Amino acid sequence: MKKLLSVSLLGLAIAASAAQAQEDQIRIGVDVPYEPMEYRTPDGELTGFDIDLGNALCERIGVECEWVVQGWDGIIPGLMARKYDAIMSSMTINDDRREQVLFSDPYITPPSAWFAPEGTDIDATNEESLAGMTIGVQRGTLQDNYVTDMYGDVADINRYSTADDMVLDMESERLDILFLDYPVGKSTLLDSEEGDYVVVGEMLTEPKEYFGDGFGIAFRQRDEALAEQFNEALAEVQEDGTYDEIYNRYFGGEE
Amino acid sequence: MTAFMTWLENQLAENSIFTLQTLSYYGDGLTTTVQLVFLSLVIGLIAAVPLAIGRGSKHGWIKWPIFVYTYVFRGTPLLIQLYLIYYGVVFVDGIQETWLWVILEKPFVPALIAFTLNTAAYTTEIFRGAIKSTSKGEIEAARAYGMSPRQTMRRIIIPSAFRRALPAYGNEVIFMLHASAIASVVTIMDLTGAARFVYARYYAPFEAFLFVAAIYLCLTFTILYFFRYLEKKLLAHLQPQTS
Amino acid sequence: MIDLQGYGPRLIEGAGVTIQLAVLSLILAIILGLLTASAKMSRSWFAHRLATLYTTLIRGVPDLVLMMLFFFGGQIGVNMITDWLYYSFDIDIFVNINAFVAGVVTIGLIFGAYMGETFRGAFMAVDNGQIEAGKAYGMSDGLVFRRIRFPQMMRHALPGLSNNWMVLLKTTALVSVIGLSDMVRVASEASKATREPFTFMIIVALIYLLIASVSEWIFARLQKRYDIGYAEAD
Repeated sequence: MKKLLSVSLLGLAIAASAAQAQEDQIRIGVDVPYEPMEYRTPDGELTGFDIDLGNALCERIGVECEWVVQGWDGIIPGLMARKYDAIMSSMTINDDRREQVLFSDPYITPPSAWFAPEGTDIDATNEESLAGMTIGVQRGTLQDNYVTDMYGDVADINRYSTADDMVLDMESERLDILFLDYPVGKSTLLDSEEGDYVVVGEMLTEPKEYFGDGFGIAFRQRDEALAEQFNEALAEVQEDGTYDEIYNRYFGGEE
Repeated sequence: MTAFMTWLENQLAENSIFTLQTLSYYGDGLTTTVQLVFLSLVIGLIAAVPLAIGRGSKHGWIKWPIFVYTYVFRGTPLLIQLYLIYYGVVFVDGIQETWLWVILEKPFVPALIAFTLNTAAYTTEIFRGAIKSTSKGEIEAARAYGMSPRQTMRRIIIPSAFRRALPAYGNEVIFMLHASAIASVVTIMDLTGAARFVYARYYAPFEAFLFVAAIYLCLTFTILYFFRYLEKKLLAHLQPQTS
Repeated sequence: MIDLQGYGPRLIEGAGVTIQLAVLSLILAIILGLLTASAKMSRSWFAHRLATLYTTLIRGVPDLVLMMLFFFGGQIGVNMITDWLYYSFDIDIFVNINAFVAGVVTIGLIFGAYMGETFRGAFMAVDNGQIEAGKAYGMSDGLVFRRIRFPQMMRHALPGLSNNWMVLLKTTALVSVIGLSDMVRVASEASKATREPFTFMIIVALIYLLIASVSEWIFARLQKRYDIGYAEAD
């Protein structure tokens, strides 16, 4: 019985991984939706800052990017498992993660920010003002870690699988305030719901222990050559204006 | 107690995952799970009795709505029912301004409503089956004693149907315990929610999920033995005689 | 007509995923169920114990927890093996426990335990005299199984099988939580993006009811087929 079981399991696993990697292809893991960094159009196509920048980098290196969608919960284990060769999914470079993966140079350094409905009573973000509030974060993110450690004892924390779930609960007034990467909050709350939401308190990039050193592309520790290729390509696109063009596409009109 | 806590703390200092902090998440999760399951089962059970009787009514306007209700709630996944109720209540215009929002704002009550409606549908059908299988002789005997149909229902049919429904209802209780794991989808920190949090924070799937699986296993066994005990007590007259 | 806001094709794709997932897990569950039933009826003490352990453990833990354990943990378990192969022999294979595989394996394993009970009861309901008669005709064990035990067992197993299938079908909705794009996942993404939970969720609920009704009809037909020769029964 055991033998038959393991054979059938293996069969399933192999059948499911039939789409094997090709030589001139780099598979990149990404978690959607995280607008405007990475999300889907209604017909299912991937788009966003990371996707466009990633494709530009791959083009520069002379390979094809194949994007593999993977939930945030399992994104680092998936890299280790060689489901894909890199992660480009708004991943902040920090020491915890450095122990597990190899990072490229940071390609963007956005702060984390607090968002609340217009007219909120919360004027600053400290233990006193957040006491008894319901705070929304995405599960397993650095924002989750920060809020859990700083305010876990005084506030209710609702943890969501995707940023979309969180925004929907914000709109239905289930959350008092939420904490996430600034560009994502700007795109989903400030821009699309004009005037209904505001940034509260300071945007945070410190302490580094939580907020790290900007977003980087993650690789397996042993793939140093691949990381080096991406770093060179990144420097090139930043030099020749391609980076600025993509940046303006998604963050245009920003100060 | 304090001595025990310091001992526990020392023990826990050895590993990075099961700290007092995370264990308290599991502890709170256990309370939430038990509350959620227990409340929905009790309310569902109370609702199911009249529904089961109505389901066998001669009047179409009583029978059919109940049939449609049980068919829909048994025929669709609980997850969809939960989504519909949790996100659906928000779309009632102006609900945020009413007193109802105070209880519907937190995910607990929407989840409780979904679970209750679901278990009531299953329990209705379980009772329905048990009522239908009441032996004709018992009913005839009651009639011969001059009981009215109402009295027969209350004194004869329902008590004996309750007993016959017991094994199937025990399964339903375990089913509800397991189904409650989806509460974590709407941010409830139940047992599974605690496990998902610990996993996401420490990337430790085995520790996080095996530990919670063990707790569920204990809960399942407790329910199982409780119902076995009940069956032994209440169904003693149906057991084969042992000498 | 209802406005699907461009999500129609993905919803249909999602329904396809749901059906594939359900059918594949059913097949796995039936295989495991038959194995478990034989193990439980076998004279081997070890096989019996193993099968009991399997059914008890699986039926004691929620489906969602098992699914997450396989999906998140299974990958790491498989990694340990593939990493070892890579470092010791430089063999770079990768076995992908994606959400679909985790779903099929978990649902198959769970319902295998339930199927085991169904099949065991059904096998025991087949009259021993029939099996002896088959042997007396000189049939081999395999032939007895194929021509006598299996067809008669199916008659008794069908009601339980149909019941398990209905529950299994609904369990597939859980894969949406671990990120597989089944129809529940598509509907939930669509309803969040468009802020219209009712439209998409109710469509998905109706599709589930439709699949359930169609399968009810198929099972009724099958029951008729396996009831041949029992016209007077019931």
